[in-house]
Amino acid sequence: MYEHDVIVVGAGGAGLRAAIAANEAGADTAIVSKLHPVRSHTGAAEGGINAALQEGDDWELHAYDTMKGSDYLADAPAVETLAQDAPEDTITLEHWGMPFSREDDGRVSQRPFGGLSYPRTTYAGAETGHHLLHTMYEQVVKRGIQVYDEWYVMNLATTDEDDPNDRQCEGVVAYDVQSGTVEGFKANQSVILATGGPGQAFDHTTNAVSCTGDGHAMAYRAGAPLEDMEFIQFHPTSLPSTGVLISEGVRGEGGILYNNEGERFMFEHGYANNSGELASRDVVARAELTEVNEGRGIEDEYVHLDMRHLGEERIMDRLENILHLAEDFEGVDGLIEPMPVKPGQHYAMGGIEVDENGQTCVNGLYAAGECACVSVHGGNRLGGNALPELIVFGKRAGRHAAGEDLGEPEIRTGYGDDVEDEDDTELPVAPGAAGLDSSDAVADGGVAAETGTLERAVERERERVDRLMERDEGVQHAEIRAKLQKAMTDYVNVFRTEDGIKKALKIIRECREEYQNVYVDDPSRTFNTDLQHTIETRNLIDVAETIALGALVRNEFRGAHWRQENQIRDDENWLKHTLVSWDDGAPDIFYRPVILEGQDKTYEPKVRSY
Amino acid sequence: MSTQQQEPESQESPQDPEMKGTESPQQRRLREKQEGMVEDQAEKETEVEGETVHLKVFRYDPEVADKQEPRFDDFHVPFEKGMTVLDAVMYARDEFDSSLTFRHSCRQAVCGSDAFFVNGKQRLGCKTQISDLQQPVRIEPLPHQEVVKDLVVDMDHFYDQMHAVEPYFQNDDTPDSSDLEEQRQSRENREKVKMSTRCIWCGACMSSCNIAAGDNEYLGPAAINKAYKFAMDDREPEDVKEHRLRILEQEHGVWRCQTQFSCTDVCPKDIPLTEHIQELKREAVKKNLKFW
Repeated sequence: MYEHDVIVVGAGGAGLRAAIAANEAGADTAIVSKLHPVRSHTGAAEGGINAALQEGDDWELHAYDTMKGSDYLADAPAVETLAQDAPEDTITLEHWGMPFSREDDGRVSQRPFGGLSYPRTTYAGAETGHHLLHTMYEQVVKRGIQVYDEWYVMNLATTDEDDPNDRQCEGVVAYDVQSGTVEGFKANQSVILATGGPGQAFDHTTNAVSCTGDGHAMAYRAGAPLEDMEFIQFHPTSLPSTGVLISEGVRGEGGILYNNEGERFMFEHGYANNSGELASRDVVARAELTEVNEGRGIEDEYVHLDMRHLGEERIMDRLENILHLAEDFEGVDGLIEPMPVKPGQHYAMGGIEVDENGQTCVNGLYAAGECACVSVHGGNRLGGNALPELIVFGKRAGRHAAGEDLGEPEIRTGYGDDVEDEDDTELPVAPGAAGLDSSDAVADGGVAAETGTLERAVERERERVDRLMERDEGVQHAEIRAKLQKAMTDYVNVFRTEDGIKKALKIIRECREEYQNVYVDDPSRTFNTDLQHTIETRNLIDVAETIALGALVRNEFRGAHWRQENQIRDDENWLKHTLVSWDDGAPDIFYRPVILEGQDKTYEPKVRSY
Repeated sequence: MSTQQQEPESQESPQDPEMKGTESPQQRRLREKQEGMVEDQAEKETEVEGETVHLKVFRYDPEVADKQEPRFDDFHVPFEKGMTVLDAVMYARDEFDSSLTFRHSCRQAVCGSDAFFVNGKQRLGCKTQISDLQQPVRIEPLPHQEVVKDLVVDMDHFYDQMHAVEPYFQNDDTPDSSDLEEQRQSRENREKVKMSTRCIWCGACMSSCNIAAGDNEYLGPAAINKAYKFAMDDREPEDVKEHRLRILEQEHGVWRCQTQFSCTDVCPKDIPLTEHIQELKREAVKKNLKFW
């Protein structure tokens, strides 16, 4: 048994920032992560950090742009906190030595980005996330913060009161990947989840293979609702074979999208007569898939992104790294042939419901970063807004988790008198653990007695590992995962229909049933990635189900979520967040109104056009 | 457990209650692995049509009897345009043998998890096109590091060396961040440290270095490069720079480097590691620090 005041799960941008803040607030802090910190997926972020640093810009403009970009589904108190805190928190990174790109006068550079009214994206080359991650890890080393790397957190140890709002998170149960030992980590004050995105719920994603929604699933099963999970951003230009991202910069420089007939379809088929390839991400992604669906894709799968006409000189000057990406990951030379691209899952706007201080409705349980939903992104995240979220809300969660007073939050969490129940939508199958043998539906929120909560959680997880290892035959996780990912990409992708989503829910149900018979073939306790991936797959099933449930009930078109049956933004009925609560295995869907009232003004919904 | 050796009888043996009545499934699998008769990859492999890639992959597991002696397994995976070494081993794992173990995460050469020894050279699996390699493609763990299992090596020593150079920015005199005042840095200075900041801690350089292989205390190219990043950054004051050079000029520091360029040769991020080490030697001389 290990014991610390604050336990941070995950060591990407949000986790490292939270740990530094908790440590500075005087808490004995430890990070538990399935990856060594520098392996975290924050390192793949290219763009930059939006922060109103320059004269002429101010936080109110940043907040306004973010509310508009969110399609009015972000909560104003969260957005204003982001915009207000981002400048100082960005400068702090500079003081920690982060190698930002510079202007002639030696100040940090900022550049324009989509959806921003001012060039406020602070960057470090085209590898801002890499530098952010490494700079913060350096600070963790400097402060001597304990890191348990390659320890996979399997579950939370939470008390078992009926109402999740009364529960207390007392620690986590983790498994040492190297030795296979299962141990408890007692948190004297709090646990902060910073486990990143759930991109692996889809079979074509820009996310790392480690992005399996572990934190989402653990918090969900412990009673914290997941919020706005249907809002998934699909990036229009990812490489087909790996999902590696080709930056928007190619189209910004003049790159052109063609279908298999050589048509410049963004114009020729009328998807975006004004902005063409530079229309917003969701518009371009839908256009590409329409081309493929109507038989004008290449190999029925992708379209071409051509930059050859820009000339070698310009490409080498501004887009050199794109040449390397296309060459290394697709075997294509962008100077002599067009690059294959298709939409790929990129980012989850939703996540674990938290307030401005990072706290969930479960006492002592926090979340920050992509796994959390404050919400600052609402229906659509603007480029350059993910990294400031990590540092601003990572820091706030760390401070609050360590006992600092950050004031009363304005955002409410958990089931309460301000929510509205969903009872109209007919579900094709029962979601959640319903009907399954509970001994096999492991880790189903499992709540222990008042005393010895952690000890019992450890025991339960040890039994779970034994069961997975002992089971002799059945199905392997890779098969279930592939089936789940395919269903999500087939039916809960860029285009969503009621029938399709219902098909996905049925397949997810099948996956859950098949998972009852999952087994781990690798008999070794040493570095058993087979076991780890098997546990991750269970998490993906839970997370995928919440995405599909959200997509089914939200019958409107807002931000990244498109529904065939109602292709308009329906402000009269849908200015509200979707919440899905595990409810001990029988998921419950309810809604909480979005907060459009800021500290000085109300953000009235307007048409989102650029 | 070669994909070449099909042993159909192995399908029968689990049903035999006589011999195996008392053993648990886990014990049975351990025994079967030991007897090398559980795999049916050959069967699956014959179903694959078209061009395939022949992989020879290093296997070792201290807990599994027939893997305690390192060996190579053969896998034949269907080739697709754009396929990388990482894609190929992932396919082998997901389709043929789920116990095949290696680190990987981002698949795009930023997490630094999947440095392997491929056809005799340290390379990132995700960044190496199969079509550029001679077959059979021989995939081994990084040399000169303890093997934990299959392609996974113990990185602790590498991390210790990285931590030994005080790998964090040191300047006690930064402006007050609430004034939103940054430290100034020239474009030229930022450009000077740019390549050094690209390190992804993959460990390829350390593994390729003959000196590091013979001197376990040698800081090694990655850690020295990390120190270079700070030492050359004008934002750190002069006294800190001197302090850094004192760490680097110690017995197992920069003077150990014999400029063989093997680290520079294998670096997947094209960092001029050897040049950085040489530059630090010159700085140390300028500062009249002793050398070994």
